[in-house]
Amino acid sequence: MSYEYIGITVLWLFLYGYLIVASIDFGAGFFAYYARLTKQDHIINKLISRYLSPVWEVTNVFFVFFFVGLVGFFPDTAYYFGQSLLVPGSIAIVLLAIRGSFYAFESYGSKDNHVYMFLYGATGLLIPASLATAMTISEGGFIEETANGVHLMIGKLLTSPYSWSVVLLAIVSVLYISSTFLTYYAHRADDDPALAIVRKYALFWSSPTIIASLTTFIALSQHNFAHFQKAIELWWVFGLSVAFFMIGLFLIYQGKYYGWAFIAVMFQFFFAFFGYGASHLPYIIKPFVTITNGATNETMGLTLIIAFIGGLLLLIPSLIMLMRMFLFDADYVQGKK
Amino acid sequence: MFFEDSVLMSRLLTFLTLGFHVIFATVGVGIPIMISIAEWIGIKKKDPHYTLLARRWTRGLTITVAVGVVTGTAIGLQLSLLWPSFMKVAGNVISLPLFMEVFAFFFEAIFLGAYLYTWDRFKNPIYHWLLSIPVVIGSTLSAFFITTVNAFMNAPQGFETEGDKLVAVDPFAAMFNPATPTKVAHVVSSSYLTSAAILATIAAFIMLVRKSSIYHKKALKLTVAATFIFAVATAVAGDSSAKYLAEYQPEKLAAGEWHFETEKNADLIVFGTLNENNEVENAIRIPGALSFLAHGDFNAPVEGLNETPEDERPPLWIHYMFDFMVMIGFYLVGISFLFLVFWKMKRWNEFNRWLLTGLAAVGPLAMLAIEFGWIFSEVGRQPWILRGFMTVAEGATTSPHVGLMFLLFLALYIVLGVGCLVVLRKIFKNNPAELELESRYPHVKESDKE
Ligand code: HDD
Ligand code: HEM
Ligand code: HEM
Repeated sequence: MSYEYIGITVLWLFLYGYLIVASIDFGAGFFAYYARLTKQDHIINKLISRYLSPVWEVTNVFFVFFFVGLVGFFPDTAYYFGQSLLVPGSIAIVLLAIRGSFYAFESYGSKDNHVYMFLYGATGLLIPASLATAMTISEGGFIEETANGVHLMIGKLLTSPYSWSVVLLAIVSVLYISSTFLTYYAHRADDDPALAIVRKYALFWSSPTIIASLTTFIALSQHNFAHFQKAIELWWVFGLSVAFFMIGLFLIYQGKYYGWAFIAVMFQFFFAFFGYGASHLPYIIKPFVTITNGATNETMGLTLIIAFIGGLLLLIPSLIMLMRMFLFDADYVQGKK
Repeated sequence: MFFEDSVLMSRLLTFLTLGFHVIFATVGVGIPIMISIAEWIGIKKKDPHYTLLARRWTRGLTITVAVGVVTGTAIGLQLSLLWPSFMKVAGNVISLPLFMEVFAFFFEAIFLGAYLYTWDRFKNPIYHWLLSIPVVIGSTLSAFFITTVNAFMNAPQGFETEGDKLVAVDPFAAMFNPATPTKVAHVVSSSYLTSAAILATIAAFIMLVRKSSIYHKKALKLTVAATFIFAVATAVAGDSSAKYLAEYQPEKLAAGEWHFETEKNADLIVFGTLNENNEVENAIRIPGALSFLAHGDFNAPVEGLNETPEDERPPLWIHYMFDFMVMIGFYLVGISFLFLVFWKMKRWNEFNRWLLTGLAAVGPLAMLAIEFGWIFSEVGRQPWILRGFMTVAEGATTSPHVGLMFLLFLALYIVLGVGCLVVLRKIFKNNPAELELESRYPHVKESDKE
């Protein structure tokens, strides 16, 4: 495999990692607010904050990793995304900032602040929506390059069915991933009242997830037929995704093996995400940046890959340590520590 | 109007974000080492006062780190949003340390999480202390990596240009450029200094407004001793930075010192004003001191600003930034030294009100020096974004909306800044150290140990 492909694979893995951990976090924000509105917050919010407080910084780093790596491996993307995304990008930063500070501020004081809870819930949905837009733009047809620079065609973006279907898909996926994880976590914590609630959420959000995926496919065929065709050629990858969806749903429905159920959900998104990514190539930002013309020079590419491997050797043991302390330490999960 | 000038607004927005971020970044780099020292002393001396210090500092740190992380994420994205052409070039040459910086954050974030939530989990407290080491290493490494990026902007190397293509890229040469050693030394030492100074300010301030307890006396002694050591290190590193400038970026030093003609035995100009002919008035002149600062020799020649083409000269007002920074540096060395002398000379009371008042100022002053130093360094690079290769105007976005975004971020930073202060106040006000000491370590009486 050439270094460009290793690079994009690594980045895609990180984005996938972010997709999972951030979805858990974003969805939890929404559920926390929803539970408050429906006066169930005393049952589930402790569970949510117990898991989230220690790990939110790690979640954020996944994202930083992705965009720093993207600029490193494919510097041209900095130019095209940078020029066209100033306004949506800035809005996403502000939302992320509000959310990030929530954790720190919340744990000391403003816990019962209704406005803050609302922002926490709302940003949980708005951030995925705004980040998904970057994905939409990379599909082509939304940015133009003229003599005085690169511009985003906002009108076109806002009236495109494809763009809206992606936003919808992002939001329901977040809620589905999050609720399946919380189901597992509540089960680990032996917290039956909370389990009953979050399991209901998981079942509820399963069918919208699959419907939104199909809609997005149809909208893609209208917007970028070439990409759609390539995706069809990879039908088996998407088929696996659907199969894992079925497994996950079945297990949750049965009320057993919640851990396996969540793993199945992770595989469901893994295959869908990599099927999407593979069929997107060779374009990174259509039609301006491809994987070959946009890549950095070979020396830098190889150096980054080596740095990456070195970094992983350092990080994976530390991450395992963190997970054993908070995620898999039964006493901690159950609130005894 | 200037609001529509996307280059100017990009510069202002970068200034705003970095100026805000650097406050939290500095604290994030320096406080962990203070925490680690305090916890270590607490374990070695079996003195819960120090352990409590470490605990309380950590609690404050969680809040500032959160703001550091969100503003850092902002600047990371803004670099691409505001300087797309610059990042395209930088991505090809200097992305290695940017990438490694994220690993350092990751490492730090993981261990900070573990450190925070495990105070009472281990039977042997040494294990908990050990968790602080990766936090110290991680935060200092992230300062190291990001500073090499900034050093590269000042002394770009490690590539060749062929038309508008970059060839023969050498990531390590780019990272270890001539500006790196002095810059890293000065940035890291000044971060440690500023953090120690802020903690000293807190202790001194409380002793001024309330009855001083042993806890605060110990806190003050520890933090002022650290301030003294780091202040000396900062001054030494700053002096080497000036020597670096004299050799590689003489125009920045010349503009900072109002030194126009190349000459031997050059005077150091402190403060003063310029008249319309660019002649210095009302200044204090220290004979030969500039030659000494630049080359370590009172007779060495120092290049003047007139050697630089007119359109490549940085603005002259950075002179004041330099002077303020250096003055604060001397003040920090001086006052912390005075305290140490009073402390060691048993005859004098080191906790007298005058000294405490002087010490209460060190934290804010050090933070101001950080801001002045960065403004001096960054504006002194003008008009270049990559010295000698790309100007600021060439690097900036052409989007017409930067002005609006400036207002958006200004509002965000006001909210974050106020929120941070309110929460910090809440944490410590409702829970003074004396009370916490009593509830956590009931066997220790106030007057127990000295
Ligand atoms: C507490 C903060 C602090 C203090 C007391 C000082 N500095 Fe400083 N200085 C910084 C904090 C700082 C900084 C914020 O860390 C800078 C900004 C950019 C950089 O590299 O470091 C800096 C930059 C900076 C530069 C420019 C480097 C460059 O652009 O490459 C020079 C020449 C000095 N300093 C010299 C000094 C001297 C001679 C000091 C005498 C005591 C001094 N500084 C005190
Ligand atoms: C270490 C990494 C840093 C990088 C890569 C960086 C990058 C940049 C860039 C791209 C600009 C715009 C070009 C210019 O106007 O000169 C800039 C300007 C500026 N930066 Fe830095 N910067 C760094 C550190 C800092 C820090 C920590 C501060 C802290 C206050 C700072 C203060 C400024 C200021 C004040 C300007 C505006 C200069 C002007 O108005 O002309 N920089 N920096
Ligand atoms: C262009 C300049 C800069 C960029 C792009 C940048 C980027 C970032 C990012 C992305 C984060 C958040 C990381 C996370 O998600 O955990 C961050 C936090 C931080 N930055 Fe900056 N930074 C810049 C300048 C600086 C400088 C000059 C310093 C040091 C002197 C610094 C030190 C830190 C530290 C210590 C943190 C983490 C706060 C903590 O966790 O303790 N940064 N920065």
